[in-house]
Amino acid sequence: MKKVLSGNHAAAVGAQLARTQVSVGYPITPATQVFEAIAEMKSKGEFPGEFIAAESEHSVMAALLGASTAGARTFTATSSHGLAYMHELLHWVAGARLPIVMIDVNRALAAPWNLWTDQTDSLSQRDTGWMQTYCSTNQEVLDTVLMSFKIAERVMLPSMVVLDGFTLSHSYEPVDVPSQAEVDSFLPPFRPELKLDPDQPITFGSLTQPKDYLRLRRRMAADMAEAEDAIEEVGREFGELFGRSYGQLDAYRCSDAETILVTSGAVGSTARAAVDALREKGLKAGNLRLRAFRPFPAKALRAFVKPGMKLAVVDRNYSPGMGGIFAQELKAALYPRPGVSVHGYVTGLGGGDITVELLQEIWERVDDATPSEIPAATWVEDAR
Amino acid sequence: MLEIRFHGRGGQGTVLAAKIIADAVLRQGEKQCLAIPEFGVERRGAPVMAYARVSEKPILARTKIYAPDALVVLDPTLYASDILKGLKPGGTVLTNGGPEDVARLTKRFPGQKFLAVPAHAIALELKLGSASSPIVNTAMCGAACAVFGLCSLAALLECVREAVPVKADANVEAARRAFEAAREVLLAAS
Repeated sequence: MKKVLSGNHAAAVGAQLARTQVSVGYPITPATQVFEAIAEMKSKGEFPGEFIAAESEHSVMAALLGASTAGARTFTATSSHGLAYMHELLHWVAGARLPIVMIDVNRALAAPWNLWTDQTDSLSQRDTGWMQTYCSTNQEVLDTVLMSFKIAERVMLPSMVVLDGFTLSHSYEPVDVPSQAEVDSFLPPFRPELKLDPDQPITFGSLTQPKDYLRLRRRMAADMAEAEDAIEEVGREFGELFGRSYGQLDAYRCSDAETILVTSGAVGSTARAAVDALREKGLKAGNLRLRAFRPFPAKALRAFVKPGMKLAVVDRNYSPGMGGIFAQELKAALYPRPGVSVHGYVTGLGGGDITVELLQEIWERVDDATPSEIPAATWVEDAR
Repeated sequence: MLEIRFHGRGGQGTVLAAKIIADAVLRQGEKQCLAIPEFGVERRGAPVMAYARVSEKPILARTKIYAPDALVVLDPTLYASDILKGLKPGGTVLTNGGPEDVARLTKRFPGQKFLAVPAHAIALELKLGSASSPIVNTAMCGAACAVFGLCSLAALLECVREAVPVKADANVEAARRAFEAAREVLLAAS
């Protein structure tokens, strides 16, 4: 049934339909509405699990760590400084192989204070061992919450579902909400092999010698690699059941395109409008949206690119001293692929609008550029 | 594609108005609608904007609207600032006010089409908000649906009833009265 939902409400409905057993939250703009919606559902008896209001984001993740270790399906949402405050426990949760699903509503980090969308919060958790998926519509937010539980519980790694602050989190659009029966047929209950159980006591997370530590990390690497396949397989299965398929990449009008915008998040939707406008001018434009950031879809990207291709990477994030993060990751994944050039554009930091016009300008600049003159990052903005 | 920009003040329900319109367009089932509030640090009384795109095709652009086809002005004191910025030539401005406001605004902003509905008076009559700051959002939704042909009155009224936190009957009545007032204004203008 179609309903008009904000991105935050779509996330909460996803957690509800996934029969989340333990949700823990601490408010932060622009993610607070996720818990407002869950609290409202809970008060009406419509939310299946427990909801705990914690005293900080660090405590949120600690509580989820415990609940997930005890075998519960667990969920939370946060943003920006809230996510940064969880950082220590993000590593712990991933190392403990707990399939927690968390919404991150992208928001810039201070100083100076800023409330608006910027991917640097989630991307700076790159090395924690969490999977990360970036959504472009409110429908995709709901669908990705459901798929993320399935993928996370298969590879036993936590998963972050990322959406743009305000641009998705507070915007309203029609979302097809599946029935509980349909979701139940897609997502079985979480039944971990090992869990905290007083009748069968075992130790979790104790001191590990270097040999075992390395081996455990190597297993994590293997499971991250398996996650690349899992994202594709679960995305296809979701499509068969619900009519909306997903993968690691989302290519739009790319089949004959040589210069391609590479985008993520809601910008991936706006970029389709920019590609349509460029095509109307007779230009062979395409848009490649990266849904998956961790695991990084290196295999899928190497299969996608062709010699002579120019990739115009749009980064709403910045790693000081290096450049846009998607651009850097793309270069690393494609190296030493000859004949493919990666052009990084940093824009829209702190919520600056990434408009149809700006995306066309970026595409045209890259289409005109020669590979010998690639700077580390070009900074652009819409003058309005 | 019809692109509408809403101008109001914090506390008037500007954002909810854009959401109600998206709901009503979905319920009508003929078009797509994307409602985008522009958020800052919310303060009662501060200028607030929201955007709505309405289209027969899927809506891809998730940006602010810089060159709207139309404006919906909930609070006429906002004309003191440059709220007509970017409005397309010949664009429609649906304003909270009366015929005297239309005459004054047409003179001040030639080339734009002004339509006024007495949302302030309707809200006062129905005791929505307080006498000093009546809540005009549901009335302006009713007027916008009539002026831009967004949805049927029945679809709108259902959405208003579901969306408002309090005084459902009075809000539904405000939307209905403003919808009818806007239709009369349109007839008179044509």
